[in-house]
Amino acid sequence: MPRIVTVLTLCWSCLLFYAGLGLFLSGFLLVRVELRSRSSCGEAPMPSAWGGRQGEGVTPDSCWMARRFSKAIVLIIDALRFDFAKYDPKNRNPKPFENKLDVIYHSVISKPEHARLFQFRADPPTTTMQRIKGMTTGTLPTFIDVGSNFASSAIQEDNLIQQLVQNEKKVVFMGDDTWEGLFPNKFFKSFPFPSFNVKDLHTVDDGILQHIYTTVEGNEWDVLIAHFLGVDHCGHRYGPHHPAMAEKLMQMNKMLRSLIGQLQNDTLLVVLGDHGMTNTGDHGGDSEGEVNAALFIYSTLPLFEIKPAEDSNVVSQIDLVPTLALLLGIPIPYSNIGMVMVDLFISEPKLDDNQYLEQAKALHINAIQVNRFLESYSYAAKDLPVTKLKYLKELFSTAVMEYNDLITIMQKSEKIVPDQDFHTRFQNLLITQQRYLRETKEVCRESWARFNPAHMLYGIVLLAATCMHCFLVSETASTFESLYKQLLLYPVIWGLTAGLTVYFWMLISGIRLEPLMICFWIAFGSHVSFHWNFWRLECKKHNHSDKLIQSSNICNQQKWKSWLKCFIPLGILLLRCLAMFSNSFVITEGQVVSFLLKSLVTFTVLKLKWNGKLNSYCLNTPFVPDIQKNSGSMSYKRESCYLIVFMMTFMVCILFSSNFYHCREEIADCEPSPFLKPLSRISNSQEKNFHYILSVSSLGALVYLIRRWFLHYGNLNSSHLVVFFIRLGFPFIVFCLCCYWAVNAASEETSIKLQDLIKKIMIIIPGIVFVLVITGFLIVLWNPITVFIKDNRESDETLVPSYKDSMATEVDSLHVVPLIYRKMQKAMSIHFNDNQTKTQTMAAYGLGTVYSAALITILTLLTLLLIMLHNERMSLAFLLLFLEGFSFLEIHGTTRNLSLQSNNTGYFFVPWYAVTAWAFTATQFFYATGHQPTFPAIQWNAAFVGFIEGHSTNILPALLVGMNTFASHILFAVGCPLLLLWPFVREMKSCKSKNIKKESGDEDQVMEMRLREKPQMFSAALLQLGMRYLFVYGVQLLASVCAVAILRRHLMVWKIFAPKFLFEALGFVVTSIYLLITFCFIMRVDVAVNKWFKELLLKQSR
Amino acid sequence: MRDIELRGMFSAHIILVLSIVFSTLVPSLFLDEFSVTGTHLLWLCVCSATVSAVTIVLYLLLETNPTSSKKNSPSSKVTKIFRSCLLFFISCVIFHGILVLYGAPLLVSFRETFMFAVLLSTFTTLRCLCMLGPNVQAWIRVFSKNGAMSIWDTSLQITTICSLFGAWLGAIPIPLDWDRPWQVWPISCTLGATLGFTISLVIAPLWIYWHKKHLTYKCR
Ligand SMILES: [Zn+2]
Ligand SMILES: [Zn+2]
Repeated sequence: MPRIVTVLTLCWSCLLFYAGLGLFLSGFLLVRVELRSRSSCGEAPMPSAWGGRQGEGVTPDSCWMARRFSKAIVLIIDALRFDFAKYDPKNRNPKPFENKLDVIYHSVISKPEHARLFQFRADPPTTTMQRIKGMTTGTLPTFIDVGSNFASSAIQEDNLIQQLVQNEKKVVFMGDDTWEGLFPNKFFKSFPFPSFNVKDLHTVDDGILQHIYTTVEGNEWDVLIAHFLGVDHCGHRYGPHHPAMAEKLMQMNKMLRSLIGQLQNDTLLVVLGDHGMTNTGDHGGDSEGEVNAALFIYSTLPLFEIKPAEDSNVVSQIDLVPTLALLLGIPIPYSNIGMVMVDLFISEPKLDDNQYLEQAKALHINAIQVNRFLESYSYAAKDLPVTKLKYLKELFSTAVMEYNDLITIMQKSEKIVPDQDFHTRFQNLLITQQRYLRETKEVCRESWARFNPAHMLYGIVLLAATCMHCFLVSETASTFESLYKQLLLYPVIWGLTAGLTVYFWMLISGIRLEPLMICFWIAFGSHVSFHWNFWRLECKKHNHSDKLIQSSNICNQQKWKSWLKCFIPLGILLLRCLAMFSNSFVITEGQVVSFLLKSLVTFTVLKLKWNGKLNSYCLNTPFVPDIQKNSGSMSYKRESCYLIVFMMTFMVCILFSSNFYHCREEIADCEPSPFLKPLSRISNSQEKNFHYILSVSSLGALVYLIRRWFLHYGNLNSSHLVVFFIRLGFPFIVFCLCCYWAVNAASEETSIKLQDLIKKIMIIIPGIVFVLVITGFLIVLWNPITVFIKDNRESDETLVPSYKDSMATEVDSLHVVPLIYRKMQKAMSIHFNDNQTKTQTMAAYGLGTVYSAALITILTLLTLLLIMLHNERMSLAFLLLFLEGFSFLEIHGTTRNLSLQSNNTGYFFVPWYAVTAWAFTATQFFYATGHQPTFPAIQWNAAFVGFIEGHSTNILPALLVGMNTFASHILFAVGCPLLLLWPFVREMKSCKSKNIKKESGDEDQVMEMRLREKPQMFSAALLQLGMRYLFVYGVQLLASVCAVAILRRHLMVWKIFAPKFLFEALGFVVTSIYLLITFCFIMRVDVAVNKWFKELLLKQSR
Repeated sequence: MRDIELRGMFSAHIILVLSIVFSTLVPSLFLDEFSVTGTHLLWLCVCSATVSAVTIVLYLLLETNPTSSKKNSPSSKVTKIFRSCLLFFISCVIFHGILVLYGAPLLVSFRETFMFAVLLSTFTTLRCLCMLGPNVQAWIRVFSKNGAMSIWDTSLQITTICSLFGAWLGAIPIPLDWDRPWQVWPISCTLGATLGFTISLVIAPLWIYWHKKHLTYKCR
């Protein structure tokens, strides 16, 4: 029963947290209402009579405006940064990405009327799917869309492709298969290629090149879209400063040249980058390098006015949408807010026509379309500010009036008199129209960063209440089990009742069903009930105790003391939470957390010293001067030496682990850790070999140390399947990983045959590891007990030989932790009096560490899996992680043992400092495994470990990438129960025997068997530990939530705070899930141990 | 007896405080470009030199160490001084090591870090040396809950804890992007340590005065 209560309480608290988080997210993450309306040819924004001179009108296959081109080729070179496309003839020593696209330069120079290069400003987030959406619909993507890059679902809004298809144009597509997902069944013909495998530089591009020329020659198309991915993948894999980039860009250059040669008169060629890349080759954020892409427009017909040689013009990415639409003679997509690029609307016959007429016309159509969209949008969503809308409306009507005026003037006076006044009026009109369009874009951009403050507030309140709940439960965990009815059952019932009531009310009153609101009411009801019950009980208790103890002074003092005890750890936790509110602290969070962690641990040890727990006897006892000289007045315990050594290890581990930090782009002069570069990127073979050996040996050391630990506590003696797996399975996995890394690091300039073989190996080995790890989990779940019983009655020879060949006798004799069968027997003798006669003892190897051995097995399996998901050089970071965790546990265990010399029940409480430090260590290693809470820093490569060909679903890659990103959160959440177990493991014989001298013969180490002896206290301790861990994480989450809510208009919100918050939230979810699983696992081990004892008893009684 | 002692301590502490103020203000009279943040290294040297000189002089005048009252032979005095110097140097090195472990740059501003370690040693180790002699055991004894055996020990506890805490607090504003001159390593930390030390010098006698009743020194 107590086990179930523990797990259920934890579960319920997690759910409460999720409810608060979900509510906050729904208020914070921006959503834009998508309008489903579509533009159509029939609803032309203006009668064709205005569209210029009579007679010319609109050609039959044009809508809205006479088309200039009947065909268009749109080439998207993914991640084509602006400076990739620039060409500087003076640059003698170009970098790999410079001066490679000379065809652009030459055509711009030689035919300025035909070609022009633009800076193409992308809106953040600069992920490919967002950009494709923006470039086809003409709207601004919102923040929430970032995450859906995995599950690219079809675009519902009106878009260019939709319009093309609607107007019976044949759209042929080739390249990145994201398009297929966004526009299913829209293309006349398509050649999609898998896009997600970043390592693959050539498949997509070669596939396009195979088809593109033949397609262009054959006339089965009107619009051809080709999306090249090579440059982007090259950036992700090698960065822009790699020879491979030069090669890739040269290939693009060649392709462009031959395509330009093939071009016909009525075809427009558009070459664009959907976004740029940072100096490390990533993208997703809003730094200058990522936002600044290139746009190159070319046609064999003269298209541009010859302008004085300016450097280049800047256009917004969504401006391409109306431009392309009008040039091709199709309606502008309904929700477009882009502005036509007026440079492309020069009137053809230049001499006799008004040069501004075409431009004004295009802008006029554009303005009318935008106005129509604004009207229907503000009708549907009401989130655009009314005053701004009014202002825009005025601007619009003046522009329209002026336009109509001018047109009528032109129509009246048949012969055009291009007098100065007329020209200035036209110019002014253009300016007004452009202002209208530009300001509309701005208004939209601003208000689509809109929040729902009510939801945010409710979310924060719920989160705060849940944190409070966790704290209260953890403080009263020892009595919780008896009160579970009031504190768990009733709140749940109340919550569900409240939720159901609201649900029915919603049903009856016909309000739209909102699952989130129901969740809110459930959480709210349970909170109210919990707190009401809790404080009522507290009051009752107080009344009782007041009657019992007259002098509440002592009581108060004790209370103060216990408060002071947790003051420092919680104060440091508070500091960490405050740090979330400052962008500079968030940027340098890795250092901040490790600093706080070091302070916390140092403080704990110093406090131990201050309290005199390190001295072996009391100071104030009078002592003889002689002793003072001989043995030193303070004879320090051996443990203090131990403590100092482990403190040093701990600090040094933190120091070294800071070498693995990734860089944020905000820090100017920061070199990302060299360890983040996978081996395959190192060109120097000697260096490569060295680092290969380094990573292999650190992996080997990791597994070897764990094995030593098992040996030390005698957990490798039995012949169970688990032990077998630990002995053979672990080394085999290590071997597999080494092979995998070797193959992975091999240079790519090998023969094709070998390439095939390598590809196979790259799939098979990770597969083997996956299978082995899963088998390991299953085996541990099936029988987690690693205890071996040596019966002293029988001679050693009968039992031992079966394992002795692999175990040295020295180990056998030294590393035995004899458990104390006697102790158990004593307890049993009450039930089985007849057993008393048999006084033989049995030694149970490893019984003292049953729980932790099982947990460590799981941890090791997880670590091996996670190491495989990282790049090979991170194995050193994981070794450091283990060392740091181990030294912290040792410090913790020793400290607990020293400060609890006589207090047996004190073992069952995990103090705040330990929990806080554990959570901090998890955060610190989040950074020290090469992660940062930013989107470009996510290591997408993890999705391809063992799945080179890519995935068919989105769940598996998301899982793999998630495990990679939150590796340290997972490991520390799973390792969390060790905080409770370790003081038992480190139990000191000396102090025990000193304190319980009266019971002689009872001085054996019982270690973790104490936990089994007191199941009630065990589950209470687990409950408290879990609640405290959740509290520490929850408070951090609450802090980041508050930070992001308060600073939501901060300049850095989308760059720093929002990603940090999302990572914190995801980290919390991952941690809580793994925490729950671990606790269930510990319960499973407990059940198995109890069963094992029962069987042993049965055997004994026979 | 107590009150006299307390008064002596108070005046000694005030002299120390004045010496710190002196070391910040006076050099600017002689040197044109002297400022605490601008020529930080120089200030560090001046400050630690002044404080250590004043501490030693005060110690010689006051004879605060009760155990050293008995006459020592000159040779033992020499060894004692030698041991003290050695211990001081070791403590500087240890402080430097701790600073590096706490995230100070290892090579970049080595001199600054080492001078910071020296400053910390003057605030803590030197005072220990003066009051308790070169006896590490005694130092370790003093820094525990019931370890203080005189009001001097108590003041030692307070000043040491406060200066270290000040240095710790000083590290916190370093990552902020305010771009102030005092955010450069180790200026904020040294300032924090100095401030902590100064404040504790004032506070220690007052604290002892107020807690007179609770402070009982058993082994006097
Ligand atoms: Zn892209
Ligand atoms: Zn990319």
